[in-house]
Amino acid sequence: MSDTVSVDAPRPVAEINAAGRFLFIAGIVLLCAWVLVPIYFLVVNTLSSPQEVAGFPKSAIPSFDFGSLQFFLHFKGVGWALWNSVLVAGLTMALSIGIGAPAGYALSRFEFPGKASFRMLVLMTRAFPLPLLALPLAVMFIRVGLDDSPIGLALVHTTLALPFAVLITFSIFSGIPLELEEAAWTLGCNRVQAFSKVVLPLVMPGIAASAIFAFTISWNEVFAAAVLTVENRTLTAFLLQNLSVSPLHLRFAGGAALVMPALIFIFAVRKYLFAMWGIANR
Amino acid sequence: MNNKALPYLLLLPATLFLLVFFVYPFVQIAVLAFSGPEGFTLKPFQTMATHWKFQTTLWNTILLAAIVVPIQLLLALSMASIVTKLKTGRNIILYIFTIPLGLSDLAAGIIWLAIFEQSGFLNSMLVGLGLTERPMLFLSYQNLWVIFVAVILAEIWRATAIVMVILVSGMGLIPKEYYEAAEVFGAGPWKRFLKVTLPMLRPSLQTALILRTIAAFEVFAVVVALGGTTLPVLMGETFSWQFTLTDRHVAAAYALVILAISIASTLVFLRVLRTPKGATV
Repeated sequence: MSDTVSVDAPRPVAEINAAGRFLFIAGIVLLCAWVLVPIYFLVVNTLSSPQEVAGFPKSAIPSFDFGSLQFFLHFKGVGWALWNSVLVAGLTMALSIGIGAPAGYALSRFEFPGKASFRMLVLMTRAFPLPLLALPLAVMFIRVGLDDSPIGLALVHTTLALPFAVLITFSIFSGIPLELEEAAWTLGCNRVQAFSKVVLPLVMPGIAASAIFAFTISWNEVFAAAVLTVENRTLTAFLLQNLSVSPLHLRFAGGAALVMPALIFIFAVRKYLFAMWGIANR
Repeated sequence: MNNKALPYLLLLPATLFLLVFFVYPFVQIAVLAFSGPEGFTLKPFQTMATHWKFQTTLWNTILLAAIVVPIQLLLALSMASIVTKLKTGRNIILYIFTIPLGLSDLAAGIIWLAIFEQSGFLNSMLVGLGLTERPMLFLSYQNLWVIFVAVILAEIWRATAIVMVILVSGMGLIPKEYYEAAEVFGAGPWKRFLKVTLPMLRPSLQTALILRTIAAFEVFAVVVALGGTTLPVLMGETFSWQFTLTDRHVAAAYALVILAISIASTLVFLRVLRTPKGATV
């Protein structure tokens, strides 16, 4: 900071403002450090050799040794777990958008009896600890042969992601004026054509964002994944199961494998996070 | 196509899905919790309540939520106020603040493990600064309170972002005129925050508190990553009854306890932070 205030012309207000500004910026820097430094530590551990990870004291600068990462990637079961995570998250994404987007469209375009009850049902899911659903569903899935299957887990994750999908797509469709659709009707389009030619191109980015959000929800979920999978573990379930028996460098590399895609996902959907919560509040 | 039927057709898949995979399983949990080999019984609850771990487990979970949620609310309010005041660099700061939102609770636990484990960064710093001679074993049953603190820090670190996002969106909905009016009447920044922002933010505060409190009762992976089973919490006990002890009925009884405190806290927030009639923007 440059200190150019002369002594013989004190300007109290400006000084208070300057002090306030300094505090304000210091606060921002501190908060950013609070978020970023722990992630940085994980990165350091991931990019250090297994010996360094177990060694002491720790250096704050990584040695860029890929030993830990290689050990993790070649560890038995990791590749399969990664594949399962992607598969379950992909299925969750498809299911929650496929089921949620039509509901979001209906809520934004029509007034009909029962609308309030449906909204209530969707909002009610928030008052329930949803991962617990895995307990009774584990029994039900054994009965119908869906136990330990990616689709079974994806169904549970869809319950987590569906309320968000409905609310986000509702807010996205509400942002497209009905007049646009009506104009297409008067020009000879039927309802389906008007939707696919006028509305769909406009809402695509938003739909993609809510799809990514659904993917992230499934990618991160631990409890239901650990309850419902045995042989076909997802990455979270695999790491959880091996926490107490695996060496530190395996845990940190696994943690990094969970974090890195999530960072990209959040970056991709950052614009929509706020729009979606603004509407979800009401 | 008939326009009257269309909205119902569009809602049908979502409604059916929620009935089959949300409403029905919760009924099933209740059935499981109250049933045994010989039909209706209260035995799962007796087994749960008389188990030596139950009281500690319930107390730990509630205490964690009671400490974590208020701190998160204050922190998120400051973050949201900062963000709304920013002119330059708003987007990048917002992205950094929201990063933890996309992280798994398991990942958050592992991240804080890197700090608190015996050869971790906290010990490296303490020894480096000469505050201790040898690295300390923080995360053991002898230092239960350190595990507790580590879990609290990890939870605050991970889940404040969601509260902040909800509050930032809520602040965006408050009309600028209200602040201008308050300023005309001589209200300073602090007074404007107390008299305009907070009351207008009521619906967002309600949503944020309900979501966060329920999630706090579900704390699981963070605790397992940092303390294994040394610090028992409700979700962890549910998990071990399901697997290690293989008694689905007791696991379901635990689930009902989590459900009960979740619904109770939701009702409290709905009542305490209700928006007065006719007071919407």
